[in-house]
Amino acid sequence: MDKFELIAGENPWSAQQRRSLRCLLGRMIPASVEYGVPGADDEAIFADVLTTARPHANQVDHALQRLDALADGSFADLDATRQLVVAETFRTEAPALASLLAAITVQCYYRDDRVMRSLDMEARPPFPKGFNVEPGDWSLLDAVRARPKFYRDAP
Amino acid sequence: MTTPVDVLIIGAGASGAAVAWSLADTRMRIVCLEQGDWVKSSDYPSNGRDWEARGIGDFSFSPNRRASDVDYPVNEDGSPIKIANFNGVGGGTILYAGHFPRFHPSDFRVHSLDGVGDDWPINYQTLEPYYAENDRMMGISGLAGDPAYPPMSPVMPPLPLGKAGATLAKGMNTLGWHWWPSDSGVATADYDGRGKCINLGNCLSGCAQGAKASTDITYWPHAIRAGVELRTRCRVREITTNAQGMASGVIYYDANGIEHFQAAEVVILACNGVGTPRILLNSTSTRFPNGLANSSGLVGKNLMFHPYAGIFGYFDAALDGYRGPLNVIRSQQFYETDSSRGFLRGYTFEFSRGRGPVGTALADMGSSRLPWGAGHHAAYRKLFNHITGMVAICEDLPEEHNTVTLDPTLKDSNGIPAPKIDYTLSENSRRMLDHAVARASEALRAAGAYDVAAESPLSVGGWHLMGTARMGTDPARSVVNEWGRCHDVKNLFIVDGSIFVTSAGVNPTSTIQALALYVADSIKQRLANLFD
Repeated sequence: MDKFELIAGENPWSAQQRRSLRCLLGRMIPASVEYGVPGADDEAIFADVLTTARPHANQVDHALQRLDALADGSFADLDATRQLVVAETFRTEAPALASLLAAITVQCYYRDDRVMRSLDMEARPPFPKGFNVEPGDWSLLDAVRARPKFYRDAP
Repeated sequence: MTTPVDVLIIGAGASGAAVAWSLADTRMRIVCLEQGDWVKSSDYPSNGRDWEARGIGDFSFSPNRRASDVDYPVNEDGSPIKIANFNGVGGGTILYAGHFPRFHPSDFRVHSLDGVGDDWPINYQTLEPYYAENDRMMGISGLAGDPAYPPMSPVMPPLPLGKAGATLAKGMNTLGWHWWPSDSGVATADYDGRGKCINLGNCLSGCAQGAKASTDITYWPHAIRAGVELRTRCRVREITTNAQGMASGVIYYDANGIEHFQAAEVVILACNGVGTPRILLNSTSTRFPNGLANSSGLVGKNLMFHPYAGIFGYFDAALDGYRGPLNVIRSQQFYETDSSRGFLRGYTFEFSRGRGPVGTALADMGSSRLPWGAGHHAAYRKLFNHITGMVAICEDLPEEHNTVTLDPTLKDSNGIPAPKIDYTLSENSRRMLDHAVARASEALRAAGAYDVAAESPLSVGGWHLMGTARMGTDPARSVVNEWGRCHDVKNLFIVDGSIFVTSAGVNPTSTIQALALYVADSIKQRLANLFD
């Protein structure tokens, strides 16, 4: 059992597919020292992706088969330069499948505590605390208030 | 067979709740059957960290995407605009944004004024007192004095402008174009048991705070206290008729799939512009072989959406992002007909605030604005909290070839034939959308946007379902009369958006509910001779 299987637990994809997916996620959203954020291939985020992807298991399976086919083997076994090329080919030739993987990934990535904090967000749900919104300058409306009525009367 | 009731209402959404509450003071025995459940505020996505994911998952406004056991499937392959709804107590008001504009006086006279569509058999003055009563029951925020409308008095102050609203307002002022605070079902003060808005920013997935006026927390508590019985998980298959051709009740399935018959003296349909024709078309008999109340052949025809365009600007300055209700300001600069624009009728701009962290990524992940790879983080930070914009909600004109019919094979979990949608965007709508995108782009640039993106029409934008059982005085050209009673079946009423003659260029909930209150009042005034 490799470390990916430990992370994933029971899931519908093979170990090779999970390795390829994790590598693709790292190419999609890499870690950044500059912004202090993990990549989408981070262990916790990847585990979230695998869970979130389960309702779309067949489509994800299809996407990963396509990705590995483009790689002539396992996408994960390619060198970094070749992975970038194949990832771009995947996006071009299978846009719907690439969009699905991207959609699942960003759902998980942009709710990670570390990522939220890096965006100056509190790592919490909206409710019950809510947020502040400034009331705004209502004098902006003065010009509109001065307009005569312009709806049409109709009997 | 269950005990007969005086009034049976099908559907507990915007109109079903309003008509139930209004009729409750008659002390008649009133039962409402709703195919969905009550939704607990603690179940709304805003309670969790996955609030954005759930908004496109189990709280999606697409019934086909939710695909829960209380939803019915819709074959929408024949439409570029996909159906949105919610099945549960509150109906579509659970997931709506809360926009609450009224129709304009001209919206009831489109044929007389502009030579298109048909005039309504009622006018703005007919509905005005019901608009006001509904505003009070739903708890509407806004600001009096809009030169685009006859006088009205919202019951609460307007929602905050915020950074986004102020930015957009400045752009509109630069162009000299009209704008005004949105009429909104989002409470800005504690009201009738509801807490005021705390800017959760996720109105389209239900309001965990209870600030948004969904009818499960506005009308229904009052209606139930007044004696109305609301039965959930009851899916109506068909309306039955007796030897005299009157409605005798309904056949429905409970949560366990058990079939029941509920007898009733009066039946009221409140199932929206898709659900109502579906039930009528499923209610066939020897006497009504083409569906109930369908001697005109117009049940299911003249389906109107509001074609939407979404236009968003990218700004250097930080805006509100995910904070604050979706409602903020609107513009009706291009609402009334000006034939020099190349189309008839018009549209409303409804401005929004921004996007959440996931929404920001989802919207642009497929574009060059948000690349994969090393440039992702810098690009994302340029987008997050830096986007705002608007939708254009365009008047859709009635055309008989836009239809709701019964799908020959698709069925819901109870085996009831599902609706099939066939809809074509008209040339008038296409021109209106193009105009709206161009004007919106000007407004956003004037507000300081360095880039603009648009989607037109919004494929997911089938939020408003209207016209499929239209109102009129001529039984050959309409399904219900001028007070909501079916021409063909004198104890059958319709109170939802199906009875709209035309769609106007504003959100319909305010008018749907005003009509429901008006129909209820019409029933109450005629109780002694209701079936004459």
